[in-house]
Amino acid sequence: MSELINKEKIGEKGCCDIIEISGLNKWYGDFHALKSIDLKVKEGEIIVVCGPSGSGKSTLIRCVNFLEKFQEGSIVVDGTELTDDVKKIRQVRSEVSMVFQHFNLFPHLSIIDNLTLAPIWVHHETKQEAREKALQLLDRVGIKDQAYKYPNQLSGGQQQRVAIARALCTSPKIMLFDEPTSALDPEMISEVLDVMVELAKEGITMICVTHEMGFAKKVADRIIFMDEGQVIEENKPDSFFNKPESDRLKLFLDQILSQ
Amino acid sequence: MAIYSLKETKQPPQSQTKAIAWLKNNLFSSSLNIALTFIALYIIYLLLPPILNWTIFDANFDLTADNQSCGREGACWAFIDSNLKMFIYGFYPQEELWRVNTMFGIVVALVAFGALIKKSQYRAHYIIGSFLIYPIVAFVLLYGGLGLEIVETDKWGGLTLTVVVAAVGIVASFPLGILFALGRQSKMRVVKFISVVYIEFIRGVPLITILFMASVVLPLFFSAGMDFDKLLRALIGITLFQTAYIAEVIRGGLQAIPRGQYEAADAVGLSFVQKTVLIILPQALKISIPNIVGSFIALFKDTTLLLIIGLFDMLAIVGAATSNSNWLGRETEGYVFVAMVVWVILYSMSRYSKRLEVRFSTEHK
Amino acid sequence: MLTKLKSLLYNNEIRAILFQVLAVAVIAYFAYQAFDNMMLNIEQRGIRSGFGFLSDEAGFAVNDNFFLEYSPASTNLQAFYVGIVNTLVVAITGIFFASVLGLIIGISRLSSNYLIRKIATVYIEIFRNIPILLQILFWYSIALSAFPSPKNSINFFDTVFLNSRGLYLPKPIIESGFYFVLASLVVGIIAYIFVKKHSDKKHDETGIVTNTIPHFLGLVVLLPIVVYLFFGVQLDYPALKGFNFRGGVDLSIEFFALAFALSIYTATYIAEAIRSGIESVDNGQKEAASAMGLTQTQSLRLVVLPQALRVAIPPIINQYLNLTKNSSLAAAVGYTELVTIFSGTVLNVVGQAIEIIILTMLVYLTISLVISLILNIFNKKMQIKGK
Repeated sequence: MSELINKEKIGEKGCCDIIEISGLNKWYGDFHALKSIDLKVKEGEIIVVCGPSGSGKSTLIRCVNFLEKFQEGSIVVDGTELTDDVKKIRQVRSEVSMVFQHFNLFPHLSIIDNLTLAPIWVHHETKQEAREKALQLLDRVGIKDQAYKYPNQLSGGQQQRVAIARALCTSPKIMLFDEPTSALDPEMISEVLDVMVELAKEGITMICVTHEMGFAKKVADRIIFMDEGQVIEENKPDSFFNKPESDRLKLFLDQILSQ
Repeated sequence: MAIYSLKETKQPPQSQTKAIAWLKNNLFSSSLNIALTFIALYIIYLLLPPILNWTIFDANFDLTADNQSCGREGACWAFIDSNLKMFIYGFYPQEELWRVNTMFGIVVALVAFGALIKKSQYRAHYIIGSFLIYPIVAFVLLYGGLGLEIVETDKWGGLTLTVVVAAVGIVASFPLGILFALGRQSKMRVVKFISVVYIEFIRGVPLITILFMASVVLPLFFSAGMDFDKLLRALIGITLFQTAYIAEVIRGGLQAIPRGQYEAADAVGLSFVQKTVLIILPQALKISIPNIVGSFIALFKDTTLLLIIGLFDMLAIVGAATSNSNWLGRETEGYVFVAMVVWVILYSMSRYSKRLEVRFSTEHK
Repeated sequence: MLTKLKSLLYNNEIRAILFQVLAVAVIAYFAYQAFDNMMLNIEQRGIRSGFGFLSDEAGFAVNDNFFLEYSPASTNLQAFYVGIVNTLVVAITGIFFASVLGLIIGISRLSSNYLIRKIATVYIEIFRNIPILLQILFWYSIALSAFPSPKNSINFFDTVFLNSRGLYLPKPIIESGFYFVLASLVVGIIAYIFVKKHSDKKHDETGIVTNTIPHFLGLVVLLPIVVYLFFGVQLDYPALKGFNFRGGVDLSIEFFALAFALSIYTATYIAEAIRSGIESVDNGQKEAASAMGLTQTQSLRLVVLPQALRVAIPPIINQYLNLTKNSSLAAAVGYTELVTIFSGTVLNVVGQAIEIIILTMLVYLTISLVISLILNIFNKKMQIKGK
């Protein structure tokens, strides 16, 4: 199953910085949403971003694939700097895939067509190749027999797994997850997290915004805590949960873990 | 492991003043946008000056002018002024105009009073009472009887006629529309069939054919003795027409009510009539109010068709006023005036409807 | 025994049946009365019954006529047909221009350009809140007063003339090679369909995209033009003879005003339908599409429009029906469509109101039914599965 992710693209963990964010500032009108963020992500790293709502976590990762524009600072993804240049944006987006909180599957296309859309129209693959790869990926996330159904005929957990397969179809170097399980009924969360854990083991660079601390403990290389638009603290999972340093993180952990 | 120092909240970088930034973003943000802006400015340049010139700058506001001295470069507003009574009252006799004014005045008073007693528990009684009593009062005022001189309906016209027809149309078609909406939902096959056939038939044909039918065919159905008032025929036609459309609007409301409401009402043991009147209809009507107002707006627009069957709504008055040898060729002024009056009325109604929509969508959270 | 009867009466099903029987009886009674009176009245007024009048001579001329042969000596039935054709012609013309205009304005409503957005909004708010009849009369009076007399017609390259009587276009003379041009157009369209299919197949198999727009221009646009020039198709040009134009195709000013007003009015509703269709597409769809790397055009074509159109097309088709019904207001300006000719002139001459109005209504009902059927088929095919 690992052949699907091109091993050549992934270096050894800790080799190079695949994402460099420096001095990132973003405003919504007068509201200062991201305050001078600095972040470096190494190839193959699994980063979890957490924090209270409104802290800017989603905004941050949405800047990485330019779904959100930023006014100050720079973001460099795999050597390409993100500017208003359409070509650069498209270059970055062809290497970065995103999984959304509300899945965003295309309801008018079958599952398999959802997957083959980008490979065919962005990466110029043949229909045959795209379909084969799509079927393999669907098999991997456990949805192979639903390939010809339509998104609204599937449950939430199934749809999100399809969304993950769709994100993988373009052989991305980086995967962004924006609260992938927040919109799911509790009994479906684990089926999606299991897929994500499998992915993490494969060596792909992942940035996940999530509240699922169990997942973070299991696979994260680093956990980043954000509040009010800035990065407050980051650490390895062990130290993050057991030896929080900042007061805000201590407060947050108390609230989250007391559930 | 890293802890970051707290950063300060700053103001966004302002490379330009707010106004210039707005211009840049909304009008000149890309080459396509720049082109569009110029096209838009050109369109405005083509259309606005001629319209403003004709209506205001070159127009003759001298209200004592006659057709000759008015000139043709711009609008002749004296035409409107000298015919204003006709536009509002039609051919209603001068001495009796106070009756029309009274009728309108009572409406205003009723509405104002209704707003005052908004919180009162008698509000429903008040509304129902007004709806039952006022039409009779209005009819007597307009038509005559009870000591007042009779003014035949062929003298009614202008804005008065438009309002009367629209009001009668909406009030008469409302209960009928409810019946047909319920009928279409009914499990009784015959009732459903009749409702469906009626609604689909009326909605499939143009209003003018219904008006023709009411005008020409209806009298044939009654014994020869009865002489059918022309306006009455038109009112019947309009009511039949509007009923079908209101029925569909209300049916939409009925379908939007969750099954649970019907089931709860049944479970409590309410009869069909009780269930419908106390539980289902109030909710259905509330949901449908924006669409009901929309239907009313359409009805108001449809009253202009009275022109074609020989009744003198505001639009027809334009023709009547310009056929007067004193004011030949002033149709444009007439149409523009009527358009403005109608537009103001309809635009206000649609704004009101939008406000209702907002109010109801937030209520339903 | 009595209690059994009573219990029957309270039985819901029995009640329903009784109610319906009663309803039918009441309706039947009134219908019978009405019918009876009607027959009496008709006899008294000396009006004939039945549809015999259709074969009588019409005795009046018709202002506008497309395709059909008609003269005052034609029968009422032929007048009926002319009316139907005229209705369809003005309806289709109106539908076409309303759609184009509505599409432009609908998209403009969503433009990021402030001025364009405002102009579109103002347009919609103005023309939606003025009755259609008023708009028809207004444009008609403007056309009559603003357009020049035939002598001073607005002249486009000596082939197209516009004046206060109408629009005059050249008419191709069928015999002179016009069929070849028509045939070449058909051939061009078929050829293009094959080219497109081939290009799609190639894309499926190799991932290479070929632009077929040049092929379209060459086959469907250029080819007929070349054939036209080659064969030298003869046109019957309109020419001023005396007070008016002869020859060519003339679209009366009444037709013009009616079609124009209908287009402007209906476009407002179509624009709103398109706007709400596009807005109904969840923002997340556009985000997912662009996050994947699709260009704006690709996103529009593959993700947004397919979903937007599913929502927009049913109300748009409903507007087409409304436009067709509104064409009956032609009586106000004298355009001779179905209602004006048949429920107007013929009715006045023959007097058989019931038969005539019923026939007229049947025509519109048929059109409504056809459009409903098309709509149903469309909805079934386009339904998003699972919703």
